[in-house]
Amino acid sequence: MNDFVLVFKNLFRRKLRAGLMIFSIFIAFAIFGVLASFERAFNAGQELAAADRLVTVNKINFTQPLPYSYYGRIAGMEGVKRVTFANWFGGYYQDPKQFLITFAVEPRSYMDVMAEEFDIAPDAQAAFVRTRTAALVGETVANKYGWKVGDRVPLSSSIFSQKNGARSWDFDVVGIIKPKKPLIDTNFVLFQYEYFNETRSFAKDTIGWLVLQTTSPAINDKVIKTIDETFANSPFETATDTEKAFNKAFMAQLGNIALIVTLVVGAAFVTILMIVGNTMMMAIRERSREIAVLKALGFPGGRVLRLVLGETLLLALIGGLAGLGAAALVTTAMRESLANFVPGLALNAQIVVLALALMVALGLATGLMPAVNALRLKVAAGLGRG
Amino acid sequence: MSDHALVRLEGVTKGFVKGQESIAIFKALDLAIPTGDFVAVMGPSGSGKTTLLNLLGGIDHVDAGAITVAGQRIDGLSENALARYRAANVGFVFQFYNLMPMLTAAQNVELPLLLTPLKKAQRRTHVETALAVVGLADRAKHYPREMSGGQQQRVAIARAIVSDPKILLCDEPTGDLDRATADEILGVLQTLNRELGKTIVMVTHDPAAARYAKRTLHLDKGQFFEKDLAA
Ligand SMILES: Nc1ncnc2c1ncn2[C@@H]1O[C@H](COP(=O)(O)OP(=O)(O)O)[C@@H](O)[C@H]1O
Ligand SMILES: [Mg+2]
Repeated sequence: MNDFVLVFKNLFRRKLRAGLMIFSIFIAFAIFGVLASFERAFNAGQELAAADRLVTVNKINFTQPLPYSYYGRIAGMEGVKRVTFANWFGGYYQDPKQFLITFAVEPRSYMDVMAEEFDIAPDAQAAFVRTRTAALVGETVANKYGWKVGDRVPLSSSIFSQKNGARSWDFDVVGIIKPKKPLIDTNFVLFQYEYFNETRSFAKDTIGWLVLQTTSPAINDKVIKTIDETFANSPFETATDTEKAFNKAFMAQLGNIALIVTLVVGAAFVTILMIVGNTMMMAIRERSREIAVLKALGFPGGRVLRLVLGETLLLALIGGLAGLGAAALVTTAMRESLANFVPGLALNAQIVVLALALMVALGLATGLMPAVNALRLKVAAGLGRG
Repeated sequence: MSDHALVRLEGVTKGFVKGQESIAIFKALDLAIPTGDFVAVMGPSGSGKTTLLNLLGGIDHVDAGAITVAGQRIDGLSENALARYRAANVGFVFQFYNLMPMLTAAQNVELPLLLTPLKKAQRRTHVETALAVVGLADRAKHYPREMSGGQQQRVAIARAIVSDPKILLCDEPTGDLDRATADEILGVLQTLNRELGKTIVMVTHDPAAARYAKRTLHLDKGQFFEKDLAA
């Protein structure tokens, strides 16, 4: 026997009580793990955003179109190193449920602006520029549908149709897009804007948004001002911002996830702190005679304090690790099906470290009062006067 | 007074404050217990018998006076020093056994050894020896709830002697047992005293129990009146 055995046996002497406490901690850490993974995934885009990249959208909101001519005009502005644009396609494969993130882009400039993010083989790059019906497929999508270079795939749009009435376009897969850094999402398909613009039945010569690189992040503010002032008072006013701010604003539409995580997890932890803390207080009070006996045997106060804290720490660790394990299973299971909405959903090391710290904090906080009571317990009083 | 005493109380004064009242239990009490003694302490309820054991065991403090055990002054020691004193010198046996319900007999007996530097194998040997001394070698794996009162008290005695303390303090160790079982337990204590030379101070209400001791002290109104068994 050792102190750990003693702690373990003390904790599980009332199996139902220990089980309920572990279960409540389990739930709290499962919620924490899942919500924190979502929050991380949502914010990954912001953290990855390049500092020298700006996004220009329609001032009304980013779903409104801009004229194609802005591409050339912005390219000529001072401080703009490169510019490209994209048009949302609203794509799906075979069934609207098989929603696909699909953009029509200007191939050369798009690949240049995104060169730091995406790894595209040189021959695929050349084929994408050369072939009117070419499509570049993100690795995630290619793996999901088993598409390979040389395949011809029909993609439909929930927004656009062809002049000939067809709802779908045929594309030739000319390359696979691989991420150059971890956390970069490749769950999308690119195709040529020119092919799209010539065949679509409406909204001709409009684009969705522009992405540009400045010659230096230091002049971002100046470039933003130049662009937005140039198009002020025109039928298509623009709103330009850094990519980071743009991603953040986009996420804000989904609600302040960090705040939700904090509130939900905070509420769960406060509840547990009270329930487990109170239960442990009662448990230790019930055992005051035994604690007095331990002290009579010569166990010093500090050792008794550690035994009680050990019990709440063990409780928090068992429940917490199990909850975190469950969260890992849930996020892994949801990863595939949520890839379109929450790319990169995963319980990463950072979350695990934070959760471990929370477990230790919870264990110490719930054990503190009962441990101090045990430390202070007077032996003669605890033994009663038999 | 001789200097061979294991335990010496000199001018011990002790009282309690209960609300407005203050009760004096001992006033300038003197007592000497030589090594190898087996003392029964009798006296009316509330006369201070348990308080005396608590003072000897270092779980209560004197108001004035000196207590020396095995050459060490224990009055005025810090809580941690008292814990060390208890671990090294004192074995307690209580009326209601006070075993840990979630531990087996062997684990209960092992508890005091967790305070020693003994290795696992050595601890096991000590535990086996202590259980054999009280005649419970075959019950090592049993839980307290699986044992009779007499057996539980024997486990408690094994726990009290396992770290080889200098003095056993027993507070009405047979108070909860029937006559036959009480005699068994008292026999065990007597053996510990006679054959292993353990010094024992035993509080009891029962004159039959007191007869197992070498001498009996009567505590009344804060003073001792000695009665010799032979007399
Ligand atoms: N912690 C305490 N607080 C107040 N009074 C106490 C306390 N402990 C003992 N007493 C009182 O001291 C007297 C002696 O108690 P005790 O030593 O337990 O007596 P005995 O064991 O001889 O029955 C009793 O009157 C008891 O009420
Ligand atoms: Mg008493």
